[in-house]
Amino acid sequence: MSILVNQRTKVICQGFTGKQGTFHSQQCIDYGTRLVGGVTPGRGGERHLELPVFDTVLDAVRATGAVASMIYVPAPYAADAILEAADAGIELVVCITEGVPVNDMVRVKATLAGSATRLIGPNCPGIITPGECKIGIMPGFIHRKGCVGIVSRSGTLTYETVFQTSNNGLGQSTCVGIGGDPVRGMNFIDVIELFERDPQTEGIIMVGEIGGSDEEAAAEHIRRYVSKPVVAYIAGVTAPAGKRMGHAGAVIAGGKGTAADKYRALEAARVRTVKSPAELGSAMAELLGKRRAAALKHAASQASKAARASAAVLPRPRAPKRSAPKPARAASRKPVRAASRQRLRKPARKRARARR
Amino acid sequence: MNLHEYQAKKLLASYGIPVPDGRVAASADEAVEAAAALGGQVWVVKAQVHAGGRGKAGGVKVARDAQQVRAAASAMLGQRLVTKQTAADGLPIERVYVETGSDIARELYLSLTLNRERGRIAVVASAAGGMDIEQVAQHNPEQILSVTVHPASGLEPFQCRQLGFGLGLAPKQIEQFQLILMGLYRLYLERDASLIEINPLIITKGGALLALDAKIDIEANALFRQKEMAALRDPGQEDPMELRASEHDLNYVSLDGNIACMVNGAGLAMATMDLIKLHGGQPANFLDVGGGATSDRVTAAFQLILSNPQVRAILVNIFGGIVRCDLIADGIINAVQNVGVSVPVVVRLEGTNAREARERLAASGLAIIAALDLTDAAKKVIAAAKATKRQAA
Repeated sequence: MSILVNQRTKVICQGFTGKQGTFHSQQCIDYGTRLVGGVTPGRGGERHLELPVFDTVLDAVRATGAVASMIYVPAPYAADAILEAADAGIELVVCITEGVPVNDMVRVKATLAGSATRLIGPNCPGIITPGECKIGIMPGFIHRKGCVGIVSRSGTLTYETVFQTSNNGLGQSTCVGIGGDPVRGMNFIDVIELFERDPQTEGIIMVGEIGGSDEEAAAEHIRRYVSKPVVAYIAGVTAPAGKRMGHAGAVIAGGKGTAADKYRALEAARVRTVKSPAELGSAMAELLGKRRAAALKHAASQASKAARASAAVLPRPRAPKRSAPKPARAASRKPVRAASRQRLRKPARKRARARR
Repeated sequence: MNLHEYQAKKLLASYGIPVPDGRVAASADEAVEAAAALGGQVWVVKAQVHAGGRGKAGGVKVARDAQQVRAAASAMLGQRLVTKQTAADGLPIERVYVETGSDIARELYLSLTLNRERGRIAVVASAAGGMDIEQVAQHNPEQILSVTVHPASGLEPFQCRQLGFGLGLAPKQIEQFQLILMGLYRLYLERDASLIEINPLIITKGGALLALDAKIDIEANALFRQKEMAALRDPGQEDPMELRASEHDLNYVSLDGNIACMVNGAGLAMATMDLIKLHGGQPANFLDVGGGATSDRVTAAFQLILSNPQVRAILVNIFGGIVRCDLIADGIINAVQNVGVSVPVVVRLEGTNAREARERLAASGLAIIAALDLTDAAKKVIAAAKATKRQAA
């Protein structure tokens, strides 16, 4: 399992025949993404990268059954491309394009509000489920299939996080770069909610940055609804107020949206925060290690309890001693992780409800 | 992109929003002529800089005759105005705006900007006009009124009434208030503004509403379709380093430390600054060389960084995704050889072709300090900066 995309996800590319579209489509195909075609108005009927080109997204969806779209259309036309994809029934739109005017995104957001389409971006690296599906510009080779869900507002900082979790062996379930713009599609909460429900995801790393209050909102959501361990880092502690730090969304206006505010909110939600981006991977490893140890201990004590119980009810004392614990152990070993995780999750949920 | 007050007011007037009569002047003579042409007995001479807080900093003067107009204008022009919103060396005053004086009965606050949480444009109003609105928001949040606008339906009359009555306007003024708000909303959309702030919006003794000050920001990402607005840009008000950076497609923000950073990606760039600070150093800048960093761009970035005399060491932190690290390494080697880098350079390269890149740097024979990871890079550059500082001293 993973979230949003997997090896079955059929993907098209909007802006397919352009320079960016061509390069990254090829990269995605090489990675194993099930790219089934692309859209460039006026070039319908042609073939590009050995795939069909369509004039409209609707044509592409009808012909290929695509459910996801990756957009490289230039900024002036990006909003239109997103709306076209949504109108054609695309379930997941990933807009990589940088520099989309905010007023365009205000319109897009309001239009998508009532639809079933999910938008990632704009101005984002995209989404990847390692070993299955890559929709975006991230370097595929640094990823490794595993158990950490990553959600981030920044591109290269996501790669950094991926790199650390690949190196320490945890790997990633899915990584979502939600983008650095002030008005965007999916937000921390939307992605974290999916990670919480995804059985493959054991822990969540969230990389935020200064500006806005999405991290604060995410903290409140985590406090109420999330049972899995969360590690968070906020970039921009040193950023001066009122200055735009590269990302249009990364500006501290009127003393709101500072890194300190965000850290406070996250810590109040019992999120493990790190002040150095270099510690994201190790902090997650530590949390998951503790959790797994606790789960194993719990399972072991259950197993020995079961063993004692079964030994006690053994009808004939003549039965060989060794055979008694054996079946219990064998039965409990495999499902240990899944079962004990279930057990761990339940009290957390109860806690959450009580707090509400 | 910021507009000057005189540009903003002209724009406001073209959308039917009442502003005092005024003229812009680039010399004391022009200022006196402007006052004469405007007529009346009281004028206000206002320094045109891209910053608020001008009044308290001496950038707004009331004049009652031509002599005083001349005195005020010559005191301002050619000087740099330092307000609490500017850097320590202030901003150059190249023009003044001469305006007819207004009699003020009440001062209100009005602005349009993005509400990020809602993803919609918000109209914010307050009866506490003429003051620092952030202070009001912090200490008297009940005095801040706000509505957000659905982009499909636009600003509705009821929302204008809600704000207008909330401000305590008389029924007759509500009508004018609504016209002003509708005009501002239209301006915001049609000109791709990211902020329109009128502080204060005054009620004159005669009961009319008038925009006494105006701040308008146009969204940089929309300038491709706002040629008229783009033409209003005043590079003289921008940080010269940031201006130079933008010519090379580099994202640069000056800071006051001594460790320069060159990073790809805005998030990683901020994180690198944080890391330097965390380990006891002070970053000299934010610099994002972007996803498509080329050898030329790296060279330009080095030149930019080195033009800051405070810099004692440089940290290059690149996570090569689509960008290949070996190409970046070539760029660094080129830059160090051609630009003549006089301070230590610590390089951390990771990602695509990182090993080849490290080999190239090692084989170059240049005094480049290789770092293993983020933390190592931060520690090494701080140590290098300290060593340089000692040498310099």
